[in-house]
Amino acid sequence: MTAVVLVCAALIAAGGVLALVRVEKGPSMLDRTVALDVVTSILVAAVALEAAWSRRIDTIPILVVLALVGFISSVTIARFAAVEPEGEGRVLTREEIAALEAERMDTEQADRQASDDEHHGGGASGEVKE
Amino acid sequence: MTWDLVLDVIAGVCLLGGSFLAFAAGLGVVRFPDLLARMHTATKPQVLGLMLMMLGLGIRLRTGEIIWMLVLVAVFQLLTSPVAAHMVSRAGYRTGKVRRDVLEVDELTDDLEAARAEIVAEAMDEEVAAEREAGEGRKG
Repeated sequence: MTAVVLVCAALIAAGGVLALVRVEKGPSMLDRTVALDVVTSILVAAVALEAAWSRRIDTIPILVVLALVGFISSVTIARFAAVEPEGEGRVLTREEIAALEAERMDTEQADRQASDDEHHGGGASGEVKE
Repeated sequence: MTWDLVLDVIAGVCLLGGSFLAFAAGLGVVRFPDLLARMHTATKPQVLGLMLMMLGLGIRLRTGEIIWMLVLVAVFQLLTSPVAAHMVSRAGYRTGKVRRDVLEVDELTDDLEAARAEIVAEAMDEEVAAEREAGEGRKG
């Protein structure tokens, strides 16, 4: 039984890692949802395997709950799925985030200078000026 | 050769089958080209894989009362996974994630196009009829 459980655990772990690769790669929200569904069923398989190995029955309710509520995440995300532009759905790298952040700071700075040249801080909003 | 050993071997085969399907799902989700193909492979551990795992677990546990809970797991999964798959595929179709060039049959798009053409034709007919009526009114 130990050998069987070891082989099963290796297969399940490999499947889980591959599904997580797809979660990372995207390219769209729905692809990630499908991959996360696979992760949920792999979780069920792992809990069942552990219960079969150590002959315990106290983890079986976890399986019931996972089977019952596992679909809610997919349904929720699918409700809010929208058309994504090409390349929008991938995970940004550190440099890209830094570039975006710098650009945002620049525009903010430019806005501030354009609206209020002389005295930084300006008046309180709603203040009556002469 | 005892019954215990025979039952353990059967349970082991079922667990191996279920685990293999879980691995196949992970591989397919990574390798397949588009959303519908990935959804197809994702259903393997959700239904058959889960049933094999439950069967193996039930045979291995060999206690009468827990079997009903395992049946319940399979029933819940059978009830809920089609809902999720339906919602995901519908959202995928509406947001243009379904690639027509890799599909053999695409009846939904054909039907939608036919329905749209029918609506347009009806609108044209009505327009023509209205114009004719207006023309006759002017003459009279």
